[in-house]
Amino acid sequence: MSTAILPGAAPAANLSSGIKLSAIEPGTTVRVVSVSGGGAISRRLLEMGVVPGVTVRVVKTAPFGDPFEVRLLGYNMALRKSEAELVEVIA
Amino acid sequence: MQVATKSELSAEPSVTIVALAGNPNAGKTTLFNFLTGLKQKVANYPGVTVEWRSGSWRPDGSDRLIIDLPGLYSLETTSIDESIARDVLKGEMPGVRRPDVIVAVVDATNLERNLYLVTQLFEFGIPVVVALTMIDLFEKRKHQINLKRMSQLLGVPVVVMNAAKSRGGNELADAVASVLERPVSFPFHTETDGTEDENGRIFARYNFISNVVQESVVHNDRDAHRVSEKIDKVLTHRFFGIVVLFAILLLVFQTIFTWASLPMELLEKGFGWLGDAIRHEIPEGILADLVVDGIVAGVGGVLIFLPQILLLFLFISILEDTGYMARAAFLLDKVMSRAGLHGKAFLPLMSSFACAIPGIMATRTIENTRDRFATIMIAPLMSCSARLPVYTLMIGAFFTGQTIFGVLSLGAVLMLAMYLLGITVAIVVAFILKRTILKAEPSPFIMELPPYRLPNLRTIIQNMYTRAWLFVKRAGTVILAISIVLWALMYFPRSEDAFAGTGETEIAANVTPETMQLQNSYAGRLGHAIEPVIQPLGFDWKIGVALIASFAAREVLVSTLSIIYNVGKDEDEESETLIGAVRNAKRPDGTLVWTPLTALSLMVFFVLAMQCMSTVAIVRRETNSWRWPLFMIGYMTALAYVGSLITYQAGRLLGFE
Repeated sequence: MSTAILPGAAPAANLSSGIKLSAIEPGTTVRVVSVSGGGAISRRLLEMGVVPGVTVRVVKTAPFGDPFEVRLLGYNMALRKSEAELVEVIA
Repeated sequence: MQVATKSELSAEPSVTIVALAGNPNAGKTTLFNFLTGLKQKVANYPGVTVEWRSGSWRPDGSDRLIIDLPGLYSLETTSIDESIARDVLKGEMPGVRRPDVIVAVVDATNLERNLYLVTQLFEFGIPVVVALTMIDLFEKRKHQINLKRMSQLLGVPVVVMNAAKSRGGNELADAVASVLERPVSFPFHTETDGTEDENGRIFARYNFISNVVQESVVHNDRDAHRVSEKIDKVLTHRFFGIVVLFAILLLVFQTIFTWASLPMELLEKGFGWLGDAIRHEIPEGILADLVVDGIVAGVGGVLIFLPQILLLFLFISILEDTGYMARAAFLLDKVMSRAGLHGKAFLPLMSSFACAIPGIMATRTIENTRDRFATIMIAPLMSCSARLPVYTLMIGAFFTGQTIFGVLSLGAVLMLAMYLLGITVAIVVAFILKRTILKAEPSPFIMELPPYRLPNLRTIIQNMYTRAWLFVKRAGTVILAISIVLWALMYFPRSEDAFAGTGETEIAANVTPETMQLQNSYAGRLGHAIEPVIQPLGFDWKIGVALIASFAAREVLVSTLSIIYNVGKDEDEESETLIGAVRNAKRPDGTLVWTPLTALSLMVFFVLAMQCMSTVAIVRRETNSWRWPLFMIGYMTALAYVGSLITYQAGRLLGFE
């Protein structure tokens, strides 16, 4: 729950490092840089708290390799790999 | 349980309307049950089929009506639930007065995301009270919260609730009364922030929340609450997770069949006794026949399934309440998405094993309309409990006592095969639908995996009660009407009249008057009329009569066969007399009507056919058009005919009779 949201962290300001959340190994904790795409999926991600500055821990992958489970803001969330591709993170 | 009428929705102006809003899994239902007790009503919002519950809450003599909004993460996306909640809060829902107060249910262990919805609720200009739930869990984790500070920062009263222990009701009542007296101004408005774009508004809300939480909560960072993740080490394990899932499903179905059998027998005996008692009281004649053979036999035959329905909803409620259902969706999403379905379709489809009606109603959690319609279209292919008596009768008559490899009972294997046939065909149909008429972009899967919790007994009982009541109501209306119609079709015209001029020659000496009556009734004539069509499936006109009858409701097949074979109307699918009659039934040429192959063909027909008026009605309501239910009847009937045809003809080619 130790989440400090970086004040004023605008998505456009962090285009430099480009790791996708979908590529992160289980057990790793990362910080959200931006969420790309303007559709329903990215909005839902943002509303569920996947906003720049939030730390996300990748918990595990489902039995058939997809979807996978992450932990953020004190709760656990499942999302598909294709959805996690929209989220850019830094270690 | 009553259904609210329109005038009750709007409530008198003197009654304060309190809207209960909160995230799914935040403890909203438990709080609602605690505040309203059993004084609740379930109804549908006008025009849409989202159920809503309301109940009166009378703290200190004041009169308040609580409206339970659907569980929401946000008010800005496009699911039906969210647009309904928005309409209610804007006062734009026809027949529902705009709420006077919003009680925002907030899970203390999950503050940030829960408060996100609260910041949206601020924007409706309705006074808000925050009710913190799960506080015992929160404190167990050694977190601390400064309620006064949080209330200051949010600008609204914050009340701690423990609904499970009936704590906090008075405090909530006081807080609601206080915001009604003097409206509060909220500290937070995104419109005035200068941030125009949508993402900016979301960031602004989370920034605001982050400040509130940092200033009012001291979190114990040791993260000592990994119990759920530890449980998930097994339950969502890539191998054991699947094993446990199937073990749970097996256990559920096994228990439903074994536990339900005793109460089902008792119910059946009860209806048999009731029929006899009525026969005794009412003088012999058309009225007694109508009441006993039409109404008691028809409605009773359906009410017998009540124990099974109750047990299934017991298990579904427990699985949902504990948080396991979300894990099942997580485990199966990949497989389901191959067929073009959403992981969330798992629950509706599983419910459909009891009855497609609650299953179809449960598809409302699927946000994408096309995903939802695809799920609705295949839900009736899941073998529901009404098919069970048919399978049981057929297996009982032709496949008992036989084993495969010496250990597996052939009956059990066939039963499983029928379930698997339904599932397989459903997957294929979904696959085709999602690539043709219901083609769509994949909808988001993003969902919470809530922490495991002990189920709340009250919520479970309430859920079972609601579902059972819906089922009983159906038995009392649709099934009652159908039973009377069917009875009339088989009762008229009376043979005495019918025989006067027809000069029937087919009557053999061993035919009873009842069979004669049936043969010459309207139903019998219909059966004869369709005989050429169903002959390639291995069915004769008598089975045709039973098929016609069962298009209204599948379970009617058993009672119709009992009437056709004249074995007494209160016989059930396990009855030795009915089984004997089916085994020995002969065609006019002396050959047996039923063979194991005929039975198998009939079972396949029942797996695939759309034989349920109530399902048709509910699909009409849920899709808001006749197009979908008609399509459903069409494709399922075609499938059933072809499936049954292939079974019978292929069986004969292989040398079976």
